[in-house]
Formats: sequence, C-alpha cells, structure tokens
Amino acid sequence: MIDTVPPAAIFIVGGLLVPLIHGKWKSAFLLLIPVVGFINLIHIPEGTHWVVRFLDYDLIFGKIDRLSLLFGYIFHLITFISLLYALHVKDDLQHVAGLIYAGSSLGVVFAGDLFSFFVFWEMLTVSSVMLIWSRRTRASVAAGYRYILVHAAGGLCLLAGIVLYVNQTGSIEFGYIGLNGLASYLIFFGFGLNCAWPILHPWLTDAYPEATITGVIFLSAFTTKTAVYALARAFPGTEALIWIGAIMTGFPIFYAVIENDLRRVLAYSLINQVGFMVCGIGIGTALAMNGAVAHAFNDILFKALLFMSMGAVMYRTGKINGTALGGLYRTMPLTCIFCMVGAASISAFPLFSGFVSKSMVMDAAAQGHMKIIWFILLFASAGVFHHAGIKIPFFAFFGHDSGMRPKEAPLNMLLAMGITAFLCIFIGSFPRPLYSLLPYPVDYVPYTAPHVLGQTQLLFFSALAFTLLLLSGIYPGEQRCVNLDADWFYRKGARLFYHIMDKVFNGLSRLLDRVFVGGLAGYLGRISRDGPTIAALLCMVPAWVISGTTGEKLARRKAIVRTAMRTGASPVGISAAMATVFLLIVFLLM
Amino acid sequence: MKEKTRGEKEYLFDKPKNVNILLGCFFSSLVVLLIFELFVHKHPHFPWEEWLEFYAVYGFVACVALVVAAKYILRPLVKRREDYYD
Repeated sequence: MIDTVPPAAIFIVGGLLVPLIHGKWKSAFLLLIPVVGFINLIHIPEGTHWVVRFLDYDLIFGKIDRLSLLFGYIFHLITFISLLYALHVKDDLQHVAGLIYAGSSLGVVFAGDLFSFFVFWEMLTVSSVMLIWSRRTRASVAAGYRYILVHAAGGLCLLAGIVLYVNQTGSIEFGYIGLNGLASYLIFFGFGLNCAWPILHPWLTDAYPEATITGVIFLSAFTTKTAVYALARAFPGTEALIWIGAIMTGFPIFYAVIENDLRRVLAYSLINQVGFMVCGIGIGTALAMNGAVAHAFNDILFKALLFMSMGAVMYRTGKINGTALGGLYRTMPLTCIFCMVGAASISAFPLFSGFVSKSMVMDAAAQGHMKIIWFILLFASAGVFHHAGIKIPFFAFFGHDSGMRPKEAPLNMLLAMGITAFLCIFIGSFPRPLYSLLPYPVDYVPYTAPHVLGQTQLLFFSALAFTLLLLSGIYPGEQRCVNLDADWFYRKGARLFYHIMDKVFNGLSRLLDRVFVGGLAGYLGRISRDGPTIAALLCMVPAWVISGTTGEKLARRKAIVRTAMRTGASPVGISAAMATVFLLIVFLLM
Repeated sequence: MKEKTRGEKEYLFDKPKNVNILLGCFFSSLVVLLIFELFVHKHPHFPWEEWLEFYAVYGFVACVALVVAAKYILRPLVKRREDYYD
C-alpha cells in the first residue's frame, strides 16, 4: 500500500518546483507530475481522507467517491495532454499557472467541506488568469482584468452564500444543498457564473480567445467542468437547471455562426456543450446524471482537441480569424485530421465520443417526456455540427486558399493531439470502460440501429444545409467585426460608471476645493492674522486721539502696532491695557 | 481552391474532379441514409420520431433556420466595428 497524499498537493507543489528545474529535465519533470498524480489517485480508496481540524470545523481534503473520482481521472489525463502540448513553451509562468490551476481543480472536486472548496475555487481564478495575461498583448491584459473582476464578483456571491449556509446549518460539509432560501440561491448563482450560464457567460467568450495558445487548453478543461461537478454534487435534479442548460445549448450556436475568430467559435460551442451537462444535472435521473458527467469527460477531450488544432494553426500562421485562414490541409494534414476527429466527436457522430454521452442526456429528456427541451437539445445537436463540426475545419483547412503554406505542427503538439484523437475514437467505439466509471450503474446501449441512423441523418442533412447554403452564397461570410454580447453591459456600463463617478465625485471635489481651500481657509487665515491687529487698533486709536496724537505720529504708531501684532511681538502693556479695558467694560455693564 | 501557381505541388482538392467526387459521395450517402430508414425498426419515445425521415428533415430545417436567423436577425443587431470597445 502506497502512502497517498491529497491529489491537489502533487500538482501545486510540482508546479512550484518547475522554475527550479532547467534544461531537458524540465520536460520530463512536467510530464511526470500528472503521471505521479495519477498513480497516487488510483491508490486512494473511496471514502473520506485528510481531515484537518481548523477552528471549530473539519476541513476535508479528500472526499473520494465515484463522482469526484471520474473528474479526478479526466483532470489528470487532460493535464498530461495539455503539458505535452505546451512542452515547447519556454515561459515558466505558464507551466506554473497551468499546474496550480489543475491542482486547484482537483482541490475543488475532492473537497469535502465548503471552506477548502471555496479556497480552491478562488485559486482557480487567480491561477487561470495568468494563462490569459501570459499572452502579453493589450487585448489579453484587458480581457484578463475583466475575467478576474467578473470571477471576483461571482466568488463574493458564493462566499456570501456559504457564510449564510454555514450559519444556518452549522455544518461546513459540502454535499447536496438544493434550492431553498437565500443562501442556496447565492451558492447556486456563484456556481452558475463559473458554469457560464446565459448572460453570466461572456467572461468565457471574452477571455478564452485572448489566452495563450497552450493556456486555452487548460482553460477549456477546468473552470466550467469544476462548476459542472459542483452543480452535480450540490444541485442534482434542480428543475431550473433543465431550462438553463437548454438555453445554454441553444443561444451560443447563433453567435458561433457569425463569429470570425475561430477560437471564439469554440468558446461559444464550449458553452453549448456545457449546456447539455447542466441540463442533464437538472433532469437528475441516474441516466441523466451519468450522461452529464460522461459528457463532461468527453467534452474535456474533444474540446481540448479542437482548441489544440486551432492553436497549432495559430502557432504556425499567427492568425486565427476565419477571414485570414483557409486551405491549410495542404501542408498541415495531420492537424487537419485531428481537428476533424474533434469535430466529429463534438458533433456526436457514431463511433466518436460525443455520441455515447450526449445521447444519454437526450434520452433522459425523452424519458421524462420533456418535449420542448428535447427539441431544443436536438436543434443544438444539429447546430453544433454546423458551427463546430463543419465551420471550424472548413474555414481553417479547406474553403478559400489563403495562400499560406505553413509547416505541420511541432511533434509535441501532434503527439498531444494524436493521443486525444485516439481517446475520442476509442471512447466512441468502446464506451464500456467509461460507462464503468460513471456514478450510477449503466444499462444504456448507445448503438441501436434507429439511434445510429437518426443521428447520422440529422448530421448529414445539416451538412447538406451547410453545403447548399455555402454554394448558394447565403451562408454568412466571415467578417472582421465585434459581435455584441452580454459583456456589453459591463464593458460599456463600466465606462458609464466611470464617467458618472468622475463627474459626481470630481465635481464635488472641485466644489469643495473652491469653497474650503480657496475661500474659507483664506478667509480664516486672514481673520486670524488681522483680527488681533484690528482689535488692538480699535482700542488704541481712540485713546491716542484723545491724548492728542495726530497726523504722522498717529500713522507711525499704527504701523508699529501692526508690525508688533503680526510678528507676535506686541508690548505687554498693550495686552494689559486691553485686559483692563475689558474688565472696565465688564464692570460697567454689571 | 484554384490559384495553382508557378509549378507548385498540386494537392488533393486542387483538382475540381476530386471535389466533385467528394460531393458525389456525399449526396449519394444522403440517399442511402434515406433509404435505410425504410428497413429500420424504430422504438421511439415521441410519436413524431416515427414520422418518415423525421431526423433528416429536422436536421436540414434546423440548420437553415439557424443560419438565416444568425445572418438576418442576430448579425444586424450585434455587429459592430472591430474597434468598438477601444
């Protein structure tokens, strides 16, 4: 029996050690981390481990059950693939950030208490933003700031929910929560933001396409899938999720059709795929839950594969807009083939991975007699083939000839894509191993004649629609433009807020400056400087006049008094005289 | 897929013939799929799944609707210049 450690620790400590290792050993060390992590993981028995007493609560760093284990396996696998894909990167910051990000995700899925859950949840944001900033362009810096601000808001919401929840229940255990009361709604909303729910989603489509070529592979895998895990753990069978998920599958495909940046197209299709998972969690039956987590597993692979193929194109050509690409199959045939495997998988072609998991969610909706939901999901299935399945490979590798003849992707990228492509086909063709890992027993058979035929018809005829629309010129051409999305509200809203704050507070500041600094302070200064002089003269001048002092002599005396009062060197006699006068007045008045 | 220049190597789809072969295969597979349906026994959840060629029609109509809506409704609403946010 091996002594095991919390899975997150291996990644985080390993990540922090990366900068200390140099030369050719660095690559080996990077790849070793997920391998060691995986060996550690398979030796952890199910149950609760690493309980640490903190204040009056128990922190649990290892809640190991079938649900968390499945996410644990895929997170290890995708970290290995992402690191292999990124081996050529010389920037240590990206490796460290990627590993801490992966470690935090493992921390989240194995957390048995809300406190450590929240800490790892926030570490996700902080580490992942480095993968966006590492691109070091003006756009990526700005997008990174927006990303972190949105997540900070979501994190605060989650924290407020957790504090209320712990206050109500007296326990920090992380398990089923369910929607009842403000605390649970705040937690629900906090999860939903990371899950890229509609309207809360633009952080994803805004920031992911601005991340580094290799960073986006990490990004596509972790944040949304940990949120899916959290929803599956805390809110299974919540009806609102069915509709939220259905909308998520539907609306992004419209954006994806008119989007020019191909990585942004993939970001939209990421939301679309997460929609299937959210919907499955909302339905909440054993079949639906199995479908949701199996689809999370598969989506991590095929979405990474698609992002990797687009990353390879970007790495070789420096371009990612559909308008600038085309015809690359000539010199990047392997990348092209891998991209098409990813495209077939996300489109749920029979024998590819999406087919064996997405259909579970669809079937669960059908078994629950959810007609409208089923129609939306079917529409989204056809639509995803349209934008991710055909558009991505077509505009990058076929379509018009861009004239570019870039070299094939580097070996490490090809290997990473090759492994992922193999897994996509393997899982699609032999789903049993994946099914055996799912949280509930599976008695689902994806390969039935009507199912295979129906799905193939759906996809082929949407391909026909694409072909005819393209040939007839109706298909919307790629255009260099920005498409407004819900981020408009905070991107323009922030400017409006800035403008209003500028006008109100700086205006107030200017007004107060005029009144107090320019006016009142000077006035008080003059009073305190000249007041005693005036008072002294008022007392003295009548006395001098009575005693017959006039003309030049009087003027000279006045000047002496002024100088004396201003320099604080007035003769004691004057003060004494003034005091006497004061006492006399008091005496007379009494 | 044209623009063959200066003795450059000719690739698979540079020949219009190959493109036509591909399209031919594609269109004939559509016909085969439609015919297959006549021989498959269905066990549907919903009544409309039993309608002849339901999935084929739905896939085609859904995608045309998707593209038309995206092009003629969504794009005019949301399209802005590239420097809109700068």
